[in-house]
Amino acid sequence: MQAFSDPRAAWLARLGDATLILGHRLSEWLSRAPTLEEDIAMANLSLDLIGQTRAFYTHACELEGGESDETTLAYRRAEPDYRSPLIVEQPNGNFADTMARHLIFSAYALPLYEKLAGSNDAETAGIATRSSREMAYHLRHAGEWMIRLGDGTAESHDKAQAALDDLWAYVPELFEADDLDRDVAASGFGVDPSTLRENFAAAIGDVLAQATLKKPAERRGQRGGRSGRHSEHLGHVLAQMQFLQRAYPEARW
Amino acid sequence: MSAPAIEIASRAEAARAACARVTDPEVPVLTIEDLGILHEVDVDERGRVTVSILPTYSGCPAMGVIALGIETELAKDGFDDVRVELTNTPVWTTDRMSEAAREKLRAYGISPPGRGAGKRALFEASADVACPRCGSKDTERVSEFGSTACKALWRCRACREPFDHFKCV
Repeated sequence: MQAFSDPRAAWLARLGDATLILGHRLSEWLSRAPTLEEDIAMANLSLDLIGQTRAFYTHACELEGGESDETTLAYRRAEPDYRSPLIVEQPNGNFADTMARHLIFSAYALPLYEKLAGSNDAETAGIATRSSREMAYHLRHAGEWMIRLGDGTAESHDKAQAALDDLWAYVPELFEADDLDRDVAASGFGVDPSTLRENFAAAIGDVLAQATLKKPAERRGQRGGRSGRHSEHLGHVLAQMQFLQRAYPEARW
Repeated sequence: MSAPAIEIASRAEAARAACARVTDPEVPVLTIEDLGILHEVDVDERGRVTVSILPTYSGCPAMGVIALGIETELAKDGFDDVRVELTNTPVWTTDRMSEAAREKLRAYGISPPGRGAGKRALFEASADVACPRCGSKDTERVSEFGSTACKALWRCRACREPFDHFKCV
């Protein structure tokens, strides 16, 4: 797969990489969630993210032109081609780990999509508008769970705090702008993620206060996914996700 | 030039009427027109029909079935050359549903979405949701996620019945 020549396409595909990998991770919970309602919720969250991925990928391919389509981007690329932040490939862990990861991601993605709804590209603005309304459900769901776990029993509190502490190393990467971010933000197409920190801090602060959880100390953080340098986890995700298309290229329903 | 233009306009009207018969596979009491999914129907001078539809929830798997339904209904009325396009300009929201559509939903047992998509504050309680069976507002949310991407699970404390609520987006 060749790199994108249109920065708008590269940037949208990067958004799609994040939602694809997180959507796949959440789908791993199916039939394993703690209650039936939560199993259904996890399926819905996963479906939203994979649906958003399809919209981001499809529009990226329209902007880029050429042969690639959503299937190529999802199933026929290798680890370095994915530009998703490291947090989304982190394993599901226990339920608190999954909810802490989702709280962090949705508190980042909601203001991102809200700002992207003002994109100078009408189709991108439309996709972002709908996705932001869905992401509000994600943030509420993850927030309610973190409050319930944090303000629950001693054990649930400790697990929720440990989950946050573990995942906090992956937060800085979400808000670091690179040349691509600055380029699409300057042209009025995209959003510079460094402008989202305050929205993120406000949403997280609100949830953690109600959850009686402590905000972890700022650390230097782990980074690399957004430039294609991933942990071992992504390869395992892709091995499962891409198996069918790799074993039976051009397979169709 | 005017005669073919008039003919094309009436062909477009006929094509739109055919598309408007397509119902949602998950909520069969509503047509895609009721839902505000059917956007534009154009017929060109060669008779080719282009239908644009607005995807609803990002992950809704019904879009493929709806596109197939459009092709089927158009074929019944003699339109064989059909292209269905998805567009997010304008973006679909539950505010596109007509009052009549909301009433049909209620009669079918699904509480319709509130007005004012995307206005609710994050941790604010949702506005009153009335039970579609007994009309009571003494209801509670069981889960914000239900059997399809568009529905949440609720129950009525007055008549004790569970029901689906169409999510407001």
